[in-house]
Amino acid sequence: METLKNIVIAGLGGQGVLTASDMLAEAAFRAGFDVKKSELHGMSQRGGSVSSDVRYGTHVLSPMVPAGEADVLLVLDSTQVEINRAVLKPGGVLIAPELIAPGTLKNKKSLNVALLGAVSSVLDIPRAHWMAAIYANLAEKLHKINDQAFELGREAASRGSLAQPQ
Amino acid sequence: MTGERQLLSGDDAVALAALHAGVQLGTGYPGTPSTEILETFDQLGGRAQWSPNEKVALEVGLGVAFAGARTLVTMKHVGLNVAADPLYTAAYTDVEGGLVVVSADDPGMASSQNEQDNRHYSRAAVIPTLEPIDSQQAYDFTRLAFEISERWKIPVMLRLTTRVCHSKTVVVPRAPVAATAVPSFERKIPERVMIPAFAKPAHHRLRAKLAEIAAWNEAEGPVREDRGDSELGILTTGISAVHAREAAPSASHFTFGMTYPLPLTRIRDFAASVQRVLVVEEGDPVLVTDLRAEGIPVEGKAEMYRFGELDVARVRRIIAGETSPEPVPPKGKPPELCQGCAHREVFQALKDLDCIVAGDIGCYTLGVLPPFSAMDTCVCMGASIGVGLGLRHALPEHEARRVVSVIGDSTFVHSGLTGLAEMVYNPPPSGHLVLILDNGTTAMTGLQEHPGTGRSLDHSPTNRMDFEAIARAMGVQNVHLVETTDKTRSLKDLISDLLAKPETALVITRQPCVLAAPKIRLYDKAAAEGTPQQTCAAAGV
Repeated sequence: METLKNIVIAGLGGQGVLTASDMLAEAAFRAGFDVKKSELHGMSQRGGSVSSDVRYGTHVLSPMVPAGEADVLLVLDSTQVEINRAVLKPGGVLIAPELIAPGTLKNKKSLNVALLGAVSSVLDIPRAHWMAAIYANLAEKLHKINDQAFELGREAASRGSLAQPQ
Repeated sequence: MTGERQLLSGDDAVALAALHAGVQLGTGYPGTPSTEILETFDQLGGRAQWSPNEKVALEVGLGVAFAGARTLVTMKHVGLNVAADPLYTAAYTDVEGGLVVVSADDPGMASSQNEQDNRHYSRAAVIPTLEPIDSQQAYDFTRLAFEISERWKIPVMLRLTTRVCHSKTVVVPRAPVAATAVPSFERKIPERVMIPAFAKPAHHRLRAKLAEIAAWNEAEGPVREDRGDSELGILTTGISAVHAREAAPSASHFTFGMTYPLPLTRIRDFAASVQRVLVVEEGDPVLVTDLRAEGIPVEGKAEMYRFGELDVARVRRIIAGETSPEPVPPKGKPPELCQGCAHREVFQALKDLDCIVAGDIGCYTLGVLPPFSAMDTCVCMGASIGVGLGLRHALPEHEARRVVSVIGDSTFVHSGLTGLAEMVYNPPPSGHLVLILDNGTTAMTGLQEHPGTGRSLDHSPTNRMDFEAIARAMGVQNVHLVETTDKTRSLKDLISDLLAKPETALVITRQPCVLAAPKIRLYDKAAAEGTPQQTCAAAGV
């Protein structure tokens, strides 16, 4: 179980939380890991709180990240940070939307991919798998703008000296 | 793609397995968390259709099975209540083609009005039941369910739960089988006509089939035993099995895939091999009750864990016998009616007029939340009309006149038509007013078509039910259509006028759901041009 990584993605309905978790799960899957991704949807898509769990490693059992065991918490809306903070393990990494400086994203809808760029800097998934996973989940006309968003998030993370998950 | 690993949700895995099992028709009614099964089956090239409700879906499925073809019928847990009438007697009949009924339960009520445990239906209706723990088993058990159904000519239930339906896990599919025999009609009256003379022997046959299936489950049913230490043995099924293996990695685990009828001898042997034997199951103590009735001394969970989903932390607590209050997770932001949603105007009018609102199941149930707080009852699909009529019959006149029933378009087709018949047949002295909030889609479950939209499951054109004409033909005295973009007369004034009349009335407020509108334009355009239907994903919407 040493290789198990736990990531929780949270935000509000319509922000792309579930798309982001699909991309992350697919990137880990393409990298050859066992993967489980869990979400609840239905009423939450009407603007309410949404979260999704992704776990990957050599062998994953439960699809849900137990409270206090997340290596990374990625939050798309700043109002959703506190209500999700308890999922992080001690030393876990919080990636909040403030990481992306206002006005730097060409399309606000790419915030989820930008923050995945930041996540990519603390996870052991090769870059090629990230890009393939992102493209697979988006229409082709959106590929270029999301390339830029991903890169923006990766750079912001390197400048912001994100802690490595322990 | 056979043999290649794929990352699939449980719903998608069931759809792929149905395709690989040669299913010739999939039927169902949308309901979270089951909805995606038929949508995916359609996208993979299978033939799928939405029925007006689950009862009709199962009846169509049964006809397909009598004709010798394989059929998959999908619904959420409460949908099986609607389909319960055909289910109980379908179990008595001999099906030719495999008939698999998916019941997608929602422990924790992520998107449901109750958390009923449909394992009770397995026992009550005598339906063999398989419960997968992940997407691989969802795939494998769907295919197994068809084999069992055809071997014993019996409907089989595949019971899923929200976390199996909506979790993605790795699946390796197997080689598909070709569709079974070409459907044809063979007269088999005693096996299919359930009058008492034929149903009496059929009941005996059903119990005999069940005994044979139990023997098969003992001998070669899908079970898995992970031997750990002999201090603690955990008996478990479904999603609980993975939580339990993570919570107690050193214990012995016995997981069984067919949860009705049970592999009792194997369970008895396992129970005897450990010092403490604990059943870890989500929902009601169904297995605990069954096993204790068979004299197997199992330990169950504390009553507090009957409520909500299980997870690793809760299973750790169950094992430890912990019954102190659980940590309460912080409350998230509740959902709300979308900005620009036409339902907002309706609920504002009902609030302003201080109406007593008998509500129903769908997006518009969100009218109960602030800022509107304009819904007073919500029970099940279609209940708004009957409950509204009951309130009208019982309340004193000044209060009865305030009662309005509010129902969505898809819900009206599902279960509202008989309510309308009741209104015409037994009108309360004060009359009654029903509002159909017609947004042109089954919005709550993710924008599915229904008989009122004029489009099939794959969004191609078909016949459209005309609500106004139906209401007039049924004898409703006042029928009004209000396009909510039309501001010549306010909706509030219309409702107010109708509440003052001791007559029956139906008002249809019609404006497409804001989320569905762009897609509906694409479907209409494709229909007008006669081009093949584009899927939403391909169209980039």
